[in-house]
Amino acid sequence: MIGSAVPRKEDAALLTGRGTFVDDIHRPGLLHMVYVHSGEAHALITQIDTEAARALPGVVGVWTARDFAELPARPSVPGLERGYLAGDKVHYVGEPVAVVVATDRYLAADAARAVRVEYEPLPVMATVADALAPDAVPIFAPLESNLALEQQVTPHDVADELDASPHRLRARLVNQRCAGAPLEPYGVLADWTGAGPTIWATVQAPHRVRAEIAERFGLARHLVRVIAPDVGGAFGVKSSFMPELFLAPELSRRLGRPVKFVETRGEHMVHTYHGRDQIQEVEVGFDDEGTILALDVTLTVNTGGVPDPVGIALATLTSYMLGGCYRIPKIAARFRSVVTNTTPTASYRGAGRPEASFLIERVVDLVARRLGKDPADVRRVNLVQPGEMPYQTPFEGIVYDEADYPAALDLLLDRLDYAGLREEQERRRADPGAKLLGVGLSTFVEMGGFGPTPLFEQFGYIGGWESANVRLQPDGSAIILVGTAPHGQGHQTALAQIAADELGVPFEAISVLYGDTAVVQEGIGTMGSRGMPVAGNAVRQAAADVAAKARLIAAHMLEAEGDDLVRVEAGFQVKGVPTAEVSLAAVAERSFKPHLLPAGTGLGLECTSYYEPSNLSYPSGAHGCVVEIDRETGHVHVLRYVCVDDCGTVINPMTARGQIHGGVAQGIAQALYEKVSFDADGRPLNASLEDYMLPGMLDLPGYETHHIETKSSFNPLGAKGLGEAGATAAPQAVVNAIVDALAHLGVRDVEMPCTPERVWKAMHHAS
Amino acid sequence: MIPAGFSYVRAGSVQEALAELSRHGGAARLLAGGHSLLPAMKLRRAEPGVLVDIGRLRELSYVRLDGDQVAVGALTSHRTLERDPVVAEQVPLLAAAARRIGDPQVRNRGTIGGSLAHADPAADLAAAVLALDGVLVAHGPSGVREIPAGEFFTGPRQSALAADELLTEIRLPAAAGLAHAFEKFSRRALDWAVVGVAVQSRPGGRTAVALIGMGPTPLRAVAVEEALAAGTPAAEARSLAARGCEPPDNAVASSSYRAHLAEVLVGRALAL
Repeated sequence: MIGSAVPRKEDAALLTGRGTFVDDIHRPGLLHMVYVHSGEAHALITQIDTEAARALPGVVGVWTARDFAELPARPSVPGLERGYLAGDKVHYVGEPVAVVVATDRYLAADAARAVRVEYEPLPVMATVADALAPDAVPIFAPLESNLALEQQVTPHDVADELDASPHRLRARLVNQRCAGAPLEPYGVLADWTGAGPTIWATVQAPHRVRAEIAERFGLARHLVRVIAPDVGGAFGVKSSFMPELFLAPELSRRLGRPVKFVETRGEHMVHTYHGRDQIQEVEVGFDDEGTILALDVTLTVNTGGVPDPVGIALATLTSYMLGGCYRIPKIAARFRSVVTNTTPTASYRGAGRPEASFLIERVVDLVARRLGKDPADVRRVNLVQPGEMPYQTPFEGIVYDEADYPAALDLLLDRLDYAGLREEQERRRADPGAKLLGVGLSTFVEMGGFGPTPLFEQFGYIGGWESANVRLQPDGSAIILVGTAPHGQGHQTALAQIAADELGVPFEAISVLYGDTAVVQEGIGTMGSRGMPVAGNAVRQAAADVAAKARLIAAHMLEAEGDDLVRVEAGFQVKGVPTAEVSLAAVAERSFKPHLLPAGTGLGLECTSYYEPSNLSYPSGAHGCVVEIDRETGHVHVLRYVCVDDCGTVINPMTARGQIHGGVAQGIAQALYEKVSFDADGRPLNASLEDYMLPGMLDLPGYETHHIETKSSFNPLGAKGLGEAGATAAPQAVVNAIVDALAHLGVRDVEMPCTPERVWKAMHHAS
Repeated sequence: MIPAGFSYVRAGSVQEALAELSRHGGAARLLAGGHSLLPAMKLRRAEPGVLVDIGRLRELSYVRLDGDQVAVGALTSHRTLERDPVVAEQVPLLAAAARRIGDPQVRNRGTIGGSLAHADPAADLAAAVLALDGVLVAHGPSGVREIPAGEFFTGPRQSALAADELLTEIRLPAAAGLAHAFEKFSRRALDWAVVGVAVQSRPGGRTAVALIGMGPTPLRAVAVEEALAAGTPAAEARSLAARGCEPPDNAVASSSYRAHLAEVLVGRALAL
């Protein structure tokens, strides 16, 4: 089944509107929780008047920070502990200041509007420049300045190597702030019954959430049940520990009734954490051929008003991936994480790695432009060759697995008809009536398959492994419990395909369950492109162990040795004796008959496996984008988007393609449309989907996808993961194409999002 | 995303709707297709105390050729405008503008009266009705009055309609066989116009040019029209597109870019 494009098991329910999301769940006596959010970006809270709100019909209560003072802090950066609600001051617009609980969501919303918060304004620092100004006051109290973290990632500098380089150039690149904007915003329903709470939540790591909740409430973990039902997209933003994960169970405990919180779309745009927002200062040294000799990078990350434990150090991952798929001998990197009066930032599809890929791919194009060389040629002279794999990067522990970067680039150029496009580009430049044509390349590599455990522990997880329990039912069908918590990836389908091959059970006879800590053994979750490279291997291992035991029972039934059996469609057969055959269903039923089993054989056909990856995996590929630009308006139209992807073993080509499409869509969106903006007072300028430019279907091109399958030797399946590849590769493919289209005018860079106005101005100023 | 509380009444006739409006004074708002009003309520930009639903007044959904005029009922959907044979033959500019509104779902629910009464400065149909020199017919407690399109839009989302009036019909001079064009520039395919232009030739060789997204209201590009009337070639007249306009300067586009877009789009529309 591995390699088959079977339809998704998930789709029958989801596409007919029969999925079960948090907001679909109802409990008797349900109460509704709504936040009062700060409308100020930086201010002292002088008074909160809740009387009018409390007097409204249906209102059960209103709580402020001091009501939760007894609760241990939220998961925080050590030393920078965060409460659940703003206490003495607010740090950004959208920060929760109070919660209202009412019998009805509408009444709760009305009551939240009736809570009067008085503020004493403080100077607002909405940008890192403002927050780092000499006279800037510290925003987040435990910190003495707004520089929350400054880290030298590499011990050395590359000053000598840059000095020795025949050429060098500097660039300042901006990777702007984006919102995750999943179809389903954040939601939590908590029902504290008996000794502990049950919590339905839109999360990516239910076991981790369980651990954090149990710790805060001083409960043993078995008393806390966290269920991630159908989750309507997450893109990393549902891996942050939002206060509602703790406030809903706490209020349910106090009130003795279930409490639900479901974010509104407008709320999502200011409350749920954003991603990216990185300023990149680069200097690169290179020779006449474009061979890159040294790279010096300083990253400045806008962490927002309250540092998030993941967000504060995400630039570490950017640093590790700065070399891209190139043989760059010397890299120096450092980063600063800066507090500003904006919504906090943390994980968003790719979480730190897309920023690196964007940087190095823009730099390679700048080098090519400086030397007057074709960007494809400059890539070629720098690419790590297949014979050099596994490749030790300049960063300790960052070792790339098997891949053929040059083959990916060659296939891309062939599918693009690169030479033909260059001719067409020249023809159009000469014709003032024609739209300008540009071609952009992005040869990318990113990190997938998170763990292993020592790395993932740094992000607060118990481990970097994943778990699977494979259990045959007496009729030969199978139930698999897996520790991931997918939210659109299609694990029911892909993991069933892996198990089907190992077990010999038909795909249709396998169910994959996940997301419930009371049902599933300990698990880690879904993030970091780890589904197939980590969970896939756990399933494979557990299924292989079950199949081995089934073979022993079959051998006993057929009065043969296990080694003498061969697998046939229905089950097992004695080699060369077609009449000596037993079905898997009969073997499964037999496994529950102790008196008919070989001596010493345990009952049932079941195995739980934990798979710990030995290393990260490194999905890679080459993307190409062809744009045409309206000379009069600056409007960019993506004519073609071509992907060559190498995610190692492809489990399901259809769902793999879907992952690429979705990621590329988000990447194109970052390049052309999206940016979370604030005015100088820190007020959000686009906190609704009317103003925040999420592209629709009509704004995106058709995608041409091709696969190269270079299996990774780092795990038995050979899979590398691909959930983040598209979003990692796409932004710079588009930007490179735009700059390429305008290069003859002297344009060197266009900042994302490349809006028509920005492109028009770049053309205008250049000419 | 959660509106403030409101009460709801459904009007069975124009007279009932007018009575409800009178009864509630300024607290009531009319609900037609709801595609502008309901989102505004969910964002709490609008908090009407009463919604008077006129969505089922089928008698206000029609397109009729009435002598040398086309009469369009206020509750006619954008989708109907797109496909109606009388519109296609007599006022095709209206169909061209309607076709560029949102997606099919929006065009099936949204109505011409609702769009015009909402008076968004970037509304596509407003440009067409302005360029066609339409007349808007309003029913109020003291009877019926006619408001020329040029006097209808008074500010951003403000019109000459009184709080107790109901827009019932739009009357457009028939323009069969005369050249027209609608050009729209938007960030995303289904967005509001950043800038849009409607051009309609008139009997006798005059040309009307209307702009959206170029000021607090939809407006006529008077300087372009006068230049064209004086015989200035279109390629030159287009440079006057933004004259006298005060285009908004906001996150969607700067005023200088809008002014540039207006020139480009007017040039394109006049070339058709």
